[in-house]
Amino acid sequence: MARRYGLFNRMGKLSRHRKGRDCSRIHVVFARRKAAEFDLLLSRHVYLPDRAQYFMSSVQAQRFASTATGALEVRDVHLWRGEHHLLRGISFLLDSGQLLQLNGPNGAGKTSLLRVIARLLPPESGELFWKGQPAAADYRQNMLYLGHSNALKLDLTALENLRFSAGLSREVSDAECRAALQAVAIPHCAELPARVLSAGQRRRVALSRLLLSNVPLWVLDEPITNLDVSGIAVVESLLAQHLEKGGMIIAAAHQALLAGHAGVRSVQLQ
Amino acid sequence: MTELPPFKLAGLLIARDLRLAARRWDQVLQPLVFFVVVITLFPLAIGPELSELRRIAPGILWVAAMLASLLAADALFRPDVEDGVMEQWVLSGQPLPWMLLAKTVAHWMLTGLPLVVMAPVVAIGLGLGSDGWSLMLLTLLLGTATLSLLGGIGAALTVGLRRGNMLMALLVLPLEVPVLIFGARALDMGLHGELVTGPISLMTAILLMALVLGPFAMAAAIRISIE
Repeated sequence: MARRYGLFNRMGKLSRHRKGRDCSRIHVVFARRKAAEFDLLLSRHVYLPDRAQYFMSSVQAQRFASTATGALEVRDVHLWRGEHHLLRGISFLLDSGQLLQLNGPNGAGKTSLLRVIARLLPPESGELFWKGQPAAADYRQNMLYLGHSNALKLDLTALENLRFSAGLSREVSDAECRAALQAVAIPHCAELPARVLSAGQRRRVALSRLLLSNVPLWVLDEPITNLDVSGIAVVESLLAQHLEKGGMIIAAAHQALLAGHAGVRSVQLQ
Repeated sequence: MTELPPFKLAGLLIARDLRLAARRWDQVLQPLVFFVVVITLFPLAIGPELSELRRIAPGILWVAAMLASLLAADALFRPDVEDGVMEQWVLSGQPLPWMLLAKTVAHWMLTGLPLVVMAPVVAIGLGLGSDGWSLMLLTLLLGTATLSLLGGIGAALTVGLRRGNMLMALLVLPLEVPVLIFGARALDMGLHGELVTGPISLMTAILLMALVLGPFAMAAAIRISIE
């Protein structure tokens, strides 16, 4: 899969660049011949003079300092959105027990990067490695992605939503789901349809899925949006516990998550 | 995380859709109401001449069934894609074609099956006697299932577009026309006492093909649509 994306999208990048529009899939054959030439241009920064500043310098420095192979490695990810070169050569390495926080203004590409990491969005070029291997089918089973939307059906109760979404990955009992809702401090919402819950309560229901999964990598898009102070505290304790167990977290957020915690790094996207 | 047993997974998805439908009856009833209203309008517009109505009844039934299924198809994947549930399905590690097939089966149970059940009632208004019922039910059963699957492919392709409805109709109609032709033809031939094995076999063949290939087409289309 990863290899396919790499090959396929390298061509896509080229044709977008030349044609200036989103028509990558049509120009694949044409693009193949030109790929080598284009890579040369890219490396000389002819078209992209400011490319270097988008490298995650601090993370890269750590990547070269650490000789251990990280559990997750993102290597030179490029992504175009229309005519906008959104992600320009993103590379980083994430080891167990580490949280990587993505900072940046709206539209900087935080969500796009998270979706690339969740493999919902194939990048133009670049690769993902999981435990030293190109991310394959089993990668998804090691990752939990919570996007911008809470993925709740508004006509189902919080409990039904949770049981269904967690039930897609493994058998879950009602008691487990109730315990998860208890842990995010909304046990009284279990029987209420998600439609009547407040935005913060819905976010808490979505976050309670974190408790029901046992995957090592969490990919969280603005996990603390809409949450009050106690909600943020709940989420931070969840994150801290996950890191202690050796988990990995990548989160986009506008406030610092787990400030002062040893395994936390943050990165600025521009 | 492991793959769930296929039928347990399908059961989970179908049960969820039926439960959702039970809480939003108005949306589920829409295609059925459309079907019934269109068919009851024809006798009013054409006149109460039974022999005339009986002649055009197969065509009316089938056109109404096809338009009703087209009307319903847009709601097949759109809600789940818009609230982010589909993303979680794609990421769940479960086989996506199988999940989408289960979803389509649930959709057919809610929008196709009621048409089949209702058909004998509205057929009375078109002058079809009880002698043609079994054939009508058989062709509609085969046909609505095929229409749901074909509509599912169109819905999956256009779900990422804001107003994909029109485009979906353009995409799906050419695929659905053979079902319309054979369905109406089989019913017409049956009412005139002719042998209907030909069109019925062809309809079954189209259904089987849609059943086998449709889910993979839907899965590929959904993956592109949610990028």
